[in-house]
Amino acid sequence: MSGIPHDHYEPKSGFERWLHSRLPIVGLAYDTLMIPTPKNLNWMWIWGIVLAFCLGLQIVTGIVLVMHYTPHVDLAFASVEHIMRDVNGGHMLRYLHANGASLFFFAVYLHIFRGLYYGSYKAPREVTWVVGMVIYLLMMGTAFMGYVLPWGQMSFWGATVITGLFGAIPFIGESIQTWLLGGPAVDNATLNRFFSLHYLLPFVIAALVAVHIWAFHTTGNNNPTGVEVRRTSKADAEKDTLPFWPYFVIKDLFALALVLLVFFAIVGFMPNYLGHPDNYIEANPLATPAHIVPEWYFLPFYAILRAFTGDVWVVMFASWISGGIIDAKFFGVIAMFGAIIAMALAPWLDTSSVRSGRFRPMFKWWFALLCVDFVVLMWCGAMPAEPPYSTISLIASTYWFAYFFVLLPVLGVIEKPLPAPATIEEDFNNHYGSKAHPAE
Amino acid sequence: MLKRFAITAAAALSLSGAALASGGESAVHDVAFSFEGPFGAYDQFQLQRGLQVYTEVCSACHGLRYVPIRTLSDEGGPGLPEDQVRAYAANLDIFDPELDDTRPRTPADKFPGSSLSNAPDLSLMAKARAGFHGPYGLGINQFIQGIGGPEYIVSLLTGYTGEEVEMAGSTFYENKAFPGGHIAMAPPLSDGQVEFADGHDNSVHHMAEDVAAFLMWAAEPKMMARKQAGFIAVLFLSVLTVLLYLTNKKLWAPHKGKKTA
Repeated sequence: MSGIPHDHYEPKSGFERWLHSRLPIVGLAYDTLMIPTPKNLNWMWIWGIVLAFCLGLQIVTGIVLVMHYTPHVDLAFASVEHIMRDVNGGHMLRYLHANGASLFFFAVYLHIFRGLYYGSYKAPREVTWVVGMVIYLLMMGTAFMGYVLPWGQMSFWGATVITGLFGAIPFIGESIQTWLLGGPAVDNATLNRFFSLHYLLPFVIAALVAVHIWAFHTTGNNNPTGVEVRRTSKADAEKDTLPFWPYFVIKDLFALALVLLVFFAIVGFMPNYLGHPDNYIEANPLATPAHIVPEWYFLPFYAILRAFTGDVWVVMFASWISGGIIDAKFFGVIAMFGAIIAMALAPWLDTSSVRSGRFRPMFKWWFALLCVDFVVLMWCGAMPAEPPYSTISLIASTYWFAYFFVLLPVLGVIEKPLPAPATIEEDFNNHYGSKAHPAE
Repeated sequence: MLKRFAITAAAALSLSGAALASGGESAVHDVAFSFEGPFGAYDQFQLQRGLQVYTEVCSACHGLRYVPIRTLSDEGGPGLPEDQVRAYAANLDIFDPELDDTRPRTPADKFPGSSLSNAPDLSLMAKARAGFHGPYGLGINQFIQGIGGPEYIVSLLTGYTGEEVEMAGSTFYENKAFPGGHIAMAPPLSDGQVEFADGHDNSVHHMAEDVAAFLMWAAEPKMMARKQAGFIAVLFLSVLTVLLYLTNKKLWAPHKGKKTA
């Protein structure tokens, strides 16, 4: 499967040969597990395993929660309380599932920013990157619909606000919104379809994860230097790589155990820290909460959504040129989805021939600023949409787009990259000094 | 009426948004509850006193419709003897559609809901309010002090200033902890109102703390089991992490060689 030369599975016993000629499943598992992996991968390459674990955790806890949950506007909130009070271990299951979503997004953001810094999105890994972005979008949809299911105040009003975004689309928006909701407003029909889709989408994600892994097993992993593994011969490739099993499996499991240590401390000792108190109030269509705030992992994009108000000149210009079709609300929706599409387009926006940010002296700083920008946006998303937060949101949103649409194309042209090591082996030995190469 | 009240409350809340973000938080003060922190546990006797305050005062208007009465005898909760729980339940009537009549409750039934239509149910109140938000809305205080639901309840019950205002034909009472500053609930507690069997101090502040602790238990009855599970998980994962660290170190050592400075 991999383009990197390595040993393949050889069926040894009679039964293995019999099976292999009919269904080469052992060979597939062997090749997947023994894939040559750049031996200089650092600790930012562990989030994939954490993400795989999260998907498994969410599916397993979710399936058991479904056994006790009732998707009906009159019963949903009470059935969650039934899980919390009466079901054996139900409170742990629910807290694991709710906080599991937070861990999932925490890991996915680190995973994405890892890719952005080390240029993992660049050729030949564009398909891996785009599939990853689709997974991320589906995760957002799944998490959003899952948050509606407990039918608390934030569930209801969050659903109202977010489905309202689709209503901002000119001409067809209202029809789309009604179609999504199954009626004129968030109600039982909405709850039922969200429940159905919340159960379905994780399995779509699982399938796409397989495609994601397939794609990067075809191209090989990126690594902190961005230098490709030598494919000239098996002997050369073995100088740059080590097999995934056992070296990276054990490394990743160690990292996973450490991450889970923190995760279980949060679930055990402060499970409601990341949630919103208003969601412990049953949904009431007559009482709007003072601040409708999405979960923390949506906040950066929520800030971008709200940043572009009617008094911003870009919005006024868009409105004027479109003859009023694009209003501030629709502009915000375009900006929010555009912010994610910008990330997905990174492979084609980045003009630099150097893959890893490690050897890009100017890029490094702009990337660091993007990380700060992301945190600032997250904070703005949690604050009320009023000065000074609206101004900060606007500046931070502008930087997000500037990074992808201006800086990535321009930096590749004007920047003078530092020399990268010739091989992964050289980088590895520089770091660990076993071949006594002088460090830079 | 409910709708009008909700709109008034919502308007008051939105007006106070800025105040809440800046200085309003000081109205909720931290209380050192026994159940805080990774090793904190409910104080069984405090929960029993809180149950008494709830029964004699709060339950006149408010309900606990998600809380099964049987859980009063649960370990880690108020831990009442089962005969007392049966007697407690029997004092509360319930309409049984099968009998087409009212009957006394049994421990298998839940507490009654609110009898006053605009009095919120208290089952989850201690988790449905955040006492602490700051600094700058970052919620870092919650990391140290807890989310502050029970503290909010204490501050609310002790936060009356004695001032009243008439709004749209209803009387509202000024309260330092309530968002918007005026609450429809009259001051429910007065010094010495509830006589505790154990002779515990029954000043307003103590009663407020006791009932807040009870409501925290009502909202999070499995807290002790959860912390125990969390503790075991953390302990187990600590050992596993160390073992995996050592395994990983040994596994990679031959490939890394001796590390130079």
